[in-house]
Parts: sequence; C-alpha cells; structure tokens
Amino acid sequence: MPAENATGIWVVGEHAGGVPTRVSHELLGRARALADASASELTIVLPGPRFAEERLRELVARGADRVVAVEHERLDPFQLEAYAAIVEALVRARRPAVLLGAATTAGRTLMPWLAIRLHTGLTADCTELAIDPDTGHLLQTRPAIGGHILATIRTAGHRPQMATVRPHSTQPAAPDPRRHGTVERIPPQPEWLSNRVRRIAFTPDREKQTLQDAERVVAVGRGIRRPENLGLVRKLADALDAALGATRDVVDRGWLDYPHQVGLSGKTISPRLYLAIGISGSVQHLAGMQTSDTIVAVNNDPQAPIFQVAHVGIVGDLFEVVPVLTRVLAHAPDASGNSDRPDGSDRSDRSPRAVGIPAPGGEP
Amino acid sequence: MRVVILIKQVPETSAVRLDEETGTMVREGVEAIVNPLDLYAVECALRLRDDLPGPHETVVLSMGPPKAEAALREVLAMGVDRGVLLSDRAFAGSDTWATSHTLAAAIRRLGRVDLVLCGERATDGDTGQVGPGVAAFLDLPLVTYAARVDIREDNRLQADRLIEGGRETVEAPLPAVVTVLKAVGDPRLPTLHGKRRARAAEVPVWDHAELGLAAAALGLKGSPTRVERIFRPRLARDCLKLPAGAPHAVVRAADRLAAFLQQRSVL
Ligand SMILES: Cc1cc2nc3c(=O)[nH]c(=O)nc-3n(C[C@H](O)[C@H](O)[C@H](O)COP(=O)(O)OP(=O)(O)OC[C@H]3O[C@@H](n4cnc5c(N)ncnc54)[C@H](O)[C@@H]3O)c2cc1C
Ligand SMILES: Nc1ncnc2c1ncn2[C@@H]1O[C@H](COP(=O)(O)O)[C@@H](O)[C@H]1O
Repeated sequence: MPAENATGIWVVGEHAGGVPTRVSHELLGRARALADASASELTIVLPGPRFAEERLRELVARGADRVVAVEHERLDPFQLEAYAAIVEALVRARRPAVLLGAATTAGRTLMPWLAIRLHTGLTADCTELAIDPDTGHLLQTRPAIGGHILATIRTAGHRPQMATVRPHSTQPAAPDPRRHGTVERIPPQPEWLSNRVRRIAFTPDREKQTLQDAERVVAVGRGIRRPENLGLVRKLADALDAALGATRDVVDRGWLDYPHQVGLSGKTISPRLYLAIGISGSVQHLAGMQTSDTIVAVNNDPQAPIFQVAHVGIVGDLFEVVPVLTRVLAHAPDASGNSDRPDGSDRSDRSPRAVGIPAPGGEP
Repeated sequence: MRVVILIKQVPETSAVRLDEETGTMVREGVEAIVNPLDLYAVECALRLRDDLPGPHETVVLSMGPPKAEAALREVLAMGVDRGVLLSDRAFAGSDTWATSHTLAAAIRRLGRVDLVLCGERATDGDTGQVGPGVAAFLDLPLVTYAARVDIREDNRLQADRLIEGGRETVEAPLPAVVTVLKAVGDPRLPTLHGKRRARAAEVPVWDHAELGLAAAALGLKGSPTRVERIFRPRLARDCLKLPAGAPHAVVRAADRLAAFLQQRSVL
C-alpha cells in the first residue's frame, strides 16, 4: 500500500489455545519503544478463539494502547488464510505505518504472505528496530551473510513497514497495571474464515523445549574436546538448575543433539545467566545469545571473542575451572533453582524497559 | 503431475570471510553452490515422482545471473527432468517481493502445475520469505516447514509440519506450494548418467519480456525494501577478566564469580 496517511504501530500477537504467548509480550516491548519514539498508538491484533478479559487487559498493561481481538472458535489453532484475511482487512481499513510479527513458524508463514497481499516490504529476523528521527521511517536491522555483518533495511515508499522479530531475542514487556488502553473484540466476517489447508492431527513433542524457557543456560563448545567430558558440564548445569546449550561444532560432531544448538542456525535465547564453557564466541554463536542478561565465559585463550560480550570471564583451563565452579556455585545460597524474588514473579518483569512497579503474577 | 522446484544459487557462506580492515566481504574464490536446503526440495520432488503412479514431470526454476545455470545443471544431474533459468539484468537487486513476483510469473508461464516445492530458506538471504511469497502471488494453498509430503490417491496433499511444540498433520488440495525441511530425506547424489544428461540438456533462459512482466515491478526498482547500511556487529563490554591459572587462583575466581552473580541476583 502507498505511504500516505499511514499511522500507528501494530503487532500481530500469537496465542496458544486462546492464551497470548510470551512472544506477544516481547513484540509489545519492542513496539512500545517505537510507538513512544514516533508518538503513535500501539495496537496489537490478535486473531484467535475467545480470549479471557484479563488476558487482553494484560496486553494493555504490557504496553498496548489498543487490543483488537478477532474472535471465533474456528480461529484456533493458527491457520494462514483466515489469519491473513483478518489482518489484511484490518490493515486496509485502518492503515498502520508499521506491522511487526514474530519469527515463529506461524509468523514466518503469515507475514510474507501478507507482505505480498499488501504490496509492501518485509524484513525477516530483525535484531534491532528503530524509528529514523528525520523521516519517521522504520529502520530494520538484521544479521546478514551468516551473521558476519548487520544490514539496516528501510521500506520508504510502501506501507505498512513490515518486520519479523526472533522470539526470545528480547525480554517481554513488563506489565504496568496502571496503563490505560482500549480492548475491542470483533467477530470475523464469514468470508475471512475459509481455509484450504486443514489440520487433521497434532502430535505434541514428548520432550519439552527447555532451552528457550530456561532462566539459566550452561553452554559448551569444542573446548570440551571429547563427548566423554560432557559429564563435567552437565554437573555444573545441574548444580545451577540450568539447561544445557551447545555450539554448532559440538552438535555437528554429534556430541549433543540439534535442539541444544544456540546461534544463528540454532536457537536464539536470552536467559538471565549464560555460562559459556570452552566456546570461542563466533559471530554466529553470539547471534543466538548476546542478549542474555548476564554472560560468563570460561576459556583458556584470553583473546577469545566470547570475552567481548561476557560480563565476567574466567581465563583458565575448563577442566580445572568447571569442577571448582560446580562446587562453589552449588554451595552459594539459593542456587537450588528457586527464584530469588520473594513474590514468585518470573523473569518477565525484569525488562530493561520496565516501567513502574513490578507486577504481580507475570507470565503463566 | 507436474512438480516445480525453486532453487537458488548461493555463495558458500562458510567460506565468506570478512576483510578486518575494510569491513567488507571477501568473495573472491568463494564457490557458488546450490542452496543446501533446496536440495531437500529436489529430493522430495524426485521421491514423489518415483513413488506415484502416472506420468510426471519435474521442473526446476532458478532466478539468478547467467552462471546460475550451473546450479540448474547440478540438480538436473540428480534426476530432475528439465530446468529453466530466469535471468535478466532487470531482475538484479530483487528483494523477496520482487523475487517472488518473478518466480510466480515463471510458474504461471509453465502452464499446469500441481505442486511447487521450495527450500526452507536460502543460506545467503536467509529470509524464508520467497516460498510463502510465491504462494501469495499465485493464491495457492501454502504448507510451510514440511517434514513429510505425500500425495494421496484422491490427489490431495498430506504433509507433516514441524512447529513449536509438536508435529502438525495437514491436508490441502492441489495445486499447492510447500516449503520443506531437511527431514523430508537426504538428497541423492548425481549419477554418472545423470551428469551426462545434465551436460547435454538444454536450459532455456527466460527474461522479463518472455514472462510478460513490466520492468517497474522487477529487480531493485520493483523492490519495496532497500538495504541502506551494512556494518559489522560491534561488541564492546567491559569484561571483568579473572585469571585462573594456578589452583588457588581458580578458587578465588570462582568465589568472585559467585559474589558477582549473587549481586546481580542470578544465582
Ligand atoms: C552460516 C553459519 C551458521 C552458523 N550457525 C551457528 C550456530 O547457530 N551456532 C554456533 O554455535 N555456531 C554456528 N556456526 C559455526 C561458528 O562459525 C563456529 O564454528 C562455532 O560457533 C564454533 O564453536 P566452538 O566455540 O565450540 O568452537 P571453537 O571455535 O573451536 O572454540 C573452542 C574454544 O574453546 C577454547 N578451549 C579449548 N580448550 C579449552 C580448555 N581446556 N579450557 C578452556 N577453554 C578451552 C578455545 O580457546 C576456543 O576459544 C555457524 C557458521 C556458519 C557459517
Ligand atoms: N532467486 C531464486 N530463484 C529460485 N528460487 C528461489 C530464489 N530465491 C529463493 N528461492 C526459493 O525460496 C526459498 C527461500 O528463500 P529465501 O526467502 O531467500 O530465504 C529457497 O529455499 C528457494 O527454494
């Protein structure tokens, strides 16, 4: 669509069985900053089944000025054509300037389809989004050429300016119960509900994906030398109640499975603590973990690039350091995996953009 | 059945180096290969052709510079029936919108097509947007992240998708567009016979006139996005480095780390 008269920052939220997921809160965090920078309204569009009122209010608390829930029992789970018809119709009617989605399997299906229908540009996997103060354009920055470089991309003449953002590449927006906003619930037009692709079965994964949800991650690189040595790192991970991550080199050698891989071609994570053991810190690996809150590295090469992102670096032989760390950290008070926060709230209220008081509740 | 496979020629990214001084990419001597993930789409197409009764044709399309013909021949050597190269100065600088637009026009030009198969993403552009974009232009049912693709007897597509939290089985009518994952099966190697056939094959080149496309919707001109700046990721954090050479230094470092982590409330 042409650029004239387009205003407002929109995000397409996601839900699981009618409950907005964490990635919706992450998108709100990103988009709130853009809305503030451009003095515009932030809208979250959420196609799905009937949502509980408090779930929609929570989206307001987490930064939305307006929640547009398009509700119908047939809108669960995600289905491309119906969701696309809904978002396309709303975009055409209300003309937002920016439309952000998550780089999930749903978002990566919906957003490119929409970009064609709306005749506009789409930038995948943005790690940074900003508003150009001179033009008001959305500046979309993403890794390119295997993470070696970053590219900033602009969609000057078409609207909305569309981008997807990797899940877990930022903290969810913290809720502020004092925020005000409007909640609209609208029924879909019947013609929005048709789909040619139909789900006929769903088999949930047996293993839960713990890596992306873990508060602490202990990750291991080729410095471990042999798979038999992994026990050393597992013990440290257990002592910290941490999930186990790995570099691609470790996974390629078959020492750990692919779901453990962190980085450009693996998972993007931002845990509260990332402990890198025998990892050099290639750009591709950093692409998946550099937004972690606290980064600690153990490496015997003082020049290893991982130290450029680490808050604390222990320069030494991991085979000597890790057993001592396991002992010391396991004995440190409250390393049992319990949250240190007495109110039991989770990490989602630690956003750097947190405004106001920490909220009760937090993520489900 | 006619199955179209979309493949892209990409630089071997693991070989791309960065010139530390200028911050630019050193592409000299970097080999151009078939996007590794597209080989799975090729394999998927060949298996469908081999397994299904009836006459079938597999066609591979690639948009790129003239040298992308080599990528097409590589895939022909694996057993694909024929290939067409979409090449034109006017296509240069295409973003995913313009690429999808051009590929969709080429698919239309082929006439009847039952299935379009794409890789999950290209290792250079790394967007995964072109497959869905082609489906949107052609207004065909789209199945992404497919780990298994079958055509049933009633000529409907059945596929398993790997999505967050599990495996989804879907059904769709043909024609359809599918983007595949590695799980569809390891790509076969070219045979000697295949190589010979590929060398002798004629690979027509279609330009924008052949596709009946207006120049304004092509290449850089037809691309809504612009790359405005390219830069190196800048990392700079004042890392507190704790030497841990001698055994007592290891213990001291561990204690200091524990104190630091407690202070930041991450323990
Ligand atoms: C397109 C592309 C995508 C990629 N995607 C990813 C990705 O998603 N994730 C990823 O991780 N990589 C990825 N890579 C690979 C990446 O470039 C690196 O090869 C990889 O991250 C290196 O893994 P490593 O740190 O384990 O190994 P190395 O680079 O070999 O580092 C090992 C480190 O261990 C240290 N060490 C050795 N012995 C000891 C010891 N006794 N005590 C302490 N330290 C020790 C060494 O000093 C060294 O720094 C990708 C590459 C490409 C081209
Ligand atoms: N220039 C191209 N020519 C043919 N197919 C392409 C081209 N670019 C992308 N594709 C197809 O689209 C998929 C996704 O590419 P991308 O969106 O660039 O990550 C690839 O795996 C290919 O199947």
